Amino acid sequence: MSVIQLVLAFTVSLFLVSSLAFESDELLIDDEEFGLEGGLTRPQSPPPTATTTSRKRFSESGSDSKIQFNLEHAFGDSQFSGAGNFSSRLKIWNHGGQTLTKLRFSRNSLNEIEQKNFEKLLQEDDFYRIRLPSNVLSPPGRDYIISSVKARCLTGEGLEENFVIHMEGLSIVAVNYGAPGACPYPRQLKLPARWSFRSHTVLRNSEQAPRAPIFSEDVGGEDAEGEIVMPPERSFWAKYWMYLIPLGLIVMNAITQAMNMPEEQAAGQAGAETQRGTNSAVRRR
Amino acid sequence: MAIRALLALLLFLSSSHFSFSIYEDQVGLMDWHQHYIGKVKHAVFHTQKTGRKRVLVSTEENVLASLDLRHGEIFWRHVLGTNDVINGLDIALGKYVITLSSDGSILRAWNLPDGQMVWESFLPGSKASKSILNIPKNLKADRDDLILVFGNGCLHAVSSIDGEILWKKDFAGESIDVQHLIQSPHDDIIYVAGFSGSSKVFVHQFKAKNGDLLKHNDAELPCGTFGELLSVSYDMLVILDDIRSKIVTINIKEGDINYNQKYISELIGDSSGQAIILPSKLPGIFALNLDSHVILLKLTNEGELVVVDKINNVAAISDALSISEGRHAFAFVQHGDSKVHYNVKDVNANDLNGDFVKESVVIDNQRGHIQKIFINNYVRTDRSQGFRALMVMEDHSLILVQQGEIVWSREDGLAAVVDVIASELPVEKDGVSVAKVEQNLFEWLKGHVLKLKGTLMIASPEDLAAIQAMRLKSSEKSKMTRDHNGFRKLLIVLTRAGKVLALHTGDGHVVWSVLLRNLRKSEACDHPVGINIYQWQVPHHHALDENPSVLVVGQCGSSLAGPVVLSFIDAYRGMELNALSLSHTIAQVIPLPYTDSKEQRLHLIIDADQKAHLYPRTPEAVEILQQGFSNVYWYSVEVDNGIIRGHALKSNCIGEVVDEYCFVFRNLWSVVFPSESEKIIATVTRKSNEVVHTQAKVMADQDVMYKYISSNLLFVANVAPKASGEIGTATPEEAWLVVYIIDTVTGRILHRMTHQCCQGPVHAVFSENWVVYHYFNLRAHRYEMSVVEVYDQSRADNKDVWKLILGKHNLTSPVSSYSRPEVIAKSQSYFFTHSVKAMEVTSTVKGITSQQLLIGTIGDQVLALDKRYLDPRRTLNPSQAEKEEGIIPLTDSLPIISQSYITHSIKVEGLRRIMTVPAKLESTSLVFAYGVDLFFTRIAPSRTYDSLTEDFSYALLLITIVALVAAIFVTWVLSERKELQEKWR
Repeated sequence: MSVIQLVLAFTVSLFLVSSLAFESDELLIDDEEFGLEGGLTRPQSPPPTATTTSRKRFSESGSDSKIQFNLEHAFGDSQFSGAGNFSSRLKIWNHGGQTLTKLRFSRNSLNEIEQKNFEKLLQEDDFYRIRLPSNVLSPPGRDYIISSVKARCLTGEGLEENFVIHMEGLSIVAVNYGAPGACPYPRQLKLPARWSFRSHTVLRNSEQAPRAPIFSEDVGGEDAEGEIVMPPERSFWAKYWMYLIPLGLIVMNAITQAMNMPEEQAAGQAGAETQRGTNSAVRRR
Repeated sequence: MAIRALLALLLFLSSSHFSFSIYEDQVGLMDWHQHYIGKVKHAVFHTQKTGRKRVLVSTEENVLASLDLRHGEIFWRHVLGTNDVINGLDIALGKYVITLSSDGSILRAWNLPDGQMVWESFLPGSKASKSILNIPKNLKADRDDLILVFGNGCLHAVSSIDGEILWKKDFAGESIDVQHLIQSPHDDIIYVAGFSGSSKVFVHQFKAKNGDLLKHNDAELPCGTFGELLSVSYDMLVILDDIRSKIVTINIKEGDINYNQKYISELIGDSSGQAIILPSKLPGIFALNLDSHVILLKLTNEGELVVVDKINNVAAISDALSISEGRHAFAFVQHGDSKVHYNVKDVNANDLNGDFVKESVVIDNQRGHIQKIFINNYVRTDRSQGFRALMVMEDHSLILVQQGEIVWSREDGLAAVVDVIASELPVEKDGVSVAKVEQNLFEWLKGHVLKLKGTLMIASPEDLAAIQAMRLKSSEKSKMTRDHNGFRKLLIVLTRAGKVLALHTGDGHVVWSVLLRNLRKSEACDHPVGINIYQWQVPHHHALDENPSVLVVGQCGSSLAGPVVLSFIDAYRGMELNALSLSHTIAQVIPLPYTDSKEQRLHLIIDADQKAHLYPRTPEAVEILQQGFSNVYWYSVEVDNGIIRGHALKSNCIGEVVDEYCFVFRNLWSVVFPSESEKIIATVTRKSNEVVHTQAKVMADQDVMYKYISSNLLFVANVAPKASGEIGTATPEEAWLVVYIIDTVTGRILHRMTHQCCQGPVHAVFSENWVVYHYFNLRAHRYEMSVVEVYDQSRADNKDVWKLILGKHNLTSPVSSYSRPEVIAKSQSYFFTHSVKAMEVTSTVKGITSQQLLIGTIGDQVLALDKRYLDPRRTLNPSQAEKEEGIIPLTDSLPIISQSYITHSIKVEGLRRIMTVPAKLESTSLVFAYGVDLFFTRIAPSRTYDSLTEDFSYALLLITIVALVAAIFVTWVLSERKELQEKWR
């Protein structure tokens, strides 16, 4: 599988290199399509320049399609300096898109000065900042992706950090950087027991939005809506009328009793009986 | 069971379709609608033939209107699209209004009396150029009257009867700049005059009948030119030379070009200022503006220049008006100390002593200077000539002056509202009652008796009319004090002219207005613009003796480099309390959630040099800011770069001058969108003053979901750069829409989603934990609306009642943005029929009432759509439990119920924005929609469950109670009597 891909990639890269002189986007896409014979063209195909460089690197590096990019950090407002590097494999999809997979991260351990700086950050509750290139192939790309976190959030047993890198093709859009868990608000000053980072990294690509549902049988939206909303109304009456009617009777009964209204003679014998009964009770007293 | 029954009852109440339609007699009770036209650009009075009662105007809001000259009301009005700018306006054949718009490419004829469109023709052209509309008198080709149009590099002759293009001449090939179309009065010849380059004059002669080129000629002028050619008569043109020291007169008689030059200093002696030829069209003379004087120069038949008059302080000069055979009049206005002097003079009189009219008018100071004047004549009762003048003021209002008095005025600045905020009215105090509550007891009783009659349907038609009038004029509505329900408020409106007006929500009248000094054209700033209006001070503790105030932020020029101007205005009296012109620029204004001891809100103004400035500039404010210093975060969006950055304050500015109110900040995070695949087109945040009542949502299966409620969320919509244009310019394959929900404190992306084959324009609202956005789906060829709801999973295990009782939950612990959010987002999309101009969501004071989306449709109406329709948990066949919860079965499109248009049958022309303000009554929300028109109403998304309706008859209630009490007494007496009889038996 990878051998075929490689061959394909070589042919593609040859085409691309040869077509550089033409400076036409359209031709490039045609070439790609031709080279892949029936492969889907993904709309987010990276721009031709980026593609060629990537293919070049890729072909230069031979069988190894490893890509590396650096993590830099800064303490408060200091300058950025190297802190580690990410390595990953470049994956080329058969529709032409490229993504990174199998991200690995190796962090440099903090040296004496850095430990001091970090401690200072902890004392002042200041920001620990990191940055990544926005393009992994031609760092730093257009600009660096910066992220910051209050240093006190990172201290636990040792130092813990969590990267969620949002990718779009081979560009990094953003990085969610911070503690892997919660960082409760009144941030307590706590010095780490060991000066080594435990890092978690996740790569994330964009998801597709769910499509709007299409119902063939549903033509008139408004009429259908009216019909569909009706049932709860009906079901309510259908379900609860037996509770409501006794409830209403009880309420009415209670009202008549409270008013202590004498009922009219014509209303019926039963009412008159009770009335007489109470009256007689009074009389007996 | 009882709870279930109650729930079911509630469901029944909430699921019945609310109709927002009103009865005929409810029109105008709680809504008002005002029509405006905008700042007038051209005005044409009707001539003798067409009736004298009307004036036609076209405005900067692209409105064409016919106004009543007696009262200033609108007879008819058409709002052309935002891209359809009107370039010319005239009357043809005495019955058609001709407009030229869209840079000279669309010519339309409208029927004069009723404004119906008669014909429209599209005039194609290839090159952008000046557009000129010329309707020559008595120029016929065959039997058609001609209309001459120059636009897009082409000269067209159009028939005025049906708009047919009779002939066409293309000038696009020649690199020339046509400036005038002149008709010879003697023969059917048209002169086209203009420049090629800066100093070469050319004249083309065409035969009007068929467009044959008779002659063409050009001549090189001895010097460069400044400004535009002015045609003084049919064969004479004037222009200034490039250093503005000479006047060049050009004679184009019979197609030959002869020119003369004359130094201005030779005519009027030495002067230091720069001369400008004013564009007023006066036969035989022209006006030159020099050193704030206006010099009128006459061009004699021999081509000599003679100074006719020199006038000081002229604000505006009108075009000439033909009053009789060979006689022309023109008007000019001068600003005096407190009055405006208005003169109408005869053009042909040699010394200009022959004034027709010389009057003084007192015009409100808050209207600013006069910018344009148009005159019209009429015959007085004594058969002499009378004149009336239409004046366009600096605040964009329109005034008609006749006999030294203002006959009517229109506040047309309100057609261009920039920003609005709502302010409370004063609390009612003893002795400060502004309007009388009720006339007296008798009146009150009479009113209620009438109402009762209405309720019992025994009222006569006269009574009904009286009831209606009483309801509409209810003094309660337009009182100048706060009411119990919070319906009466002031809408403080900033217009493009730099005027701030306060409108009463009761009936929309203007309570006060102030033209801001800072936002007027001055020497310091040529083109100031008002940007936003903010609440500056809202006194709660001293509500009785202190007035609230608002802050108006403006800028000099529309670029980022312009310095800031601030104005502070008393919201009750409309006085400008303070005005500041600052040295720094403005990129962003951030109202902070802190107030000082005077209850002034702290504001940070971020400038273009990465500095933050604190206002008010008091030591106390700095002290307050220092307390929350580390908790101030904000973000900035660089649309062109596709970068969003987050910032936090760092320290005081370091510079030569110590400024303790200036701070530098640092970038905390950045999100860089790949420029080749994404372009930012919309960003939306939650309203800062929004209230959320419940944090949890109870599901049908007794499960609880917690809303992820953070005030620091930002919704960003990006489209593919190829698909960022109009709909139809990109294929479905190359279009996609990516939406993000970003935390603006840490820059975390909480949710990210791609819609394939979709493109903008995107309109979105963000409220509580949900976003609703509207976009176009290219594959389905329809508009769609999507909803995204964000739920917090980290609190999901708080469902255990025992945990809640024992206090082991984490609901009361402070939430930190630095904790890793565990959120899930639910989303669903639906088709929606309309394209959308604006979108808003109702807001109520406590957030209990269910919400409605207010959608400004392309037809300039406002549609209220229940949020329940945009619920991602809708399924095709909801279970019984889900139905009880109020989930509507899933449909592919959102319903549009015609009764739910809150604007009813009204169109809010040119709708731009909808704004909602909560009333004090929880069920009710006030809605203000503005564009060219203003519309205000109040809506109750779940009906007014917390108050009686306005037309509730208290008298009927009273009578019922009285009758019941009487009945009780009667029956009691009867029963007593009966009991007695029983006992005696």
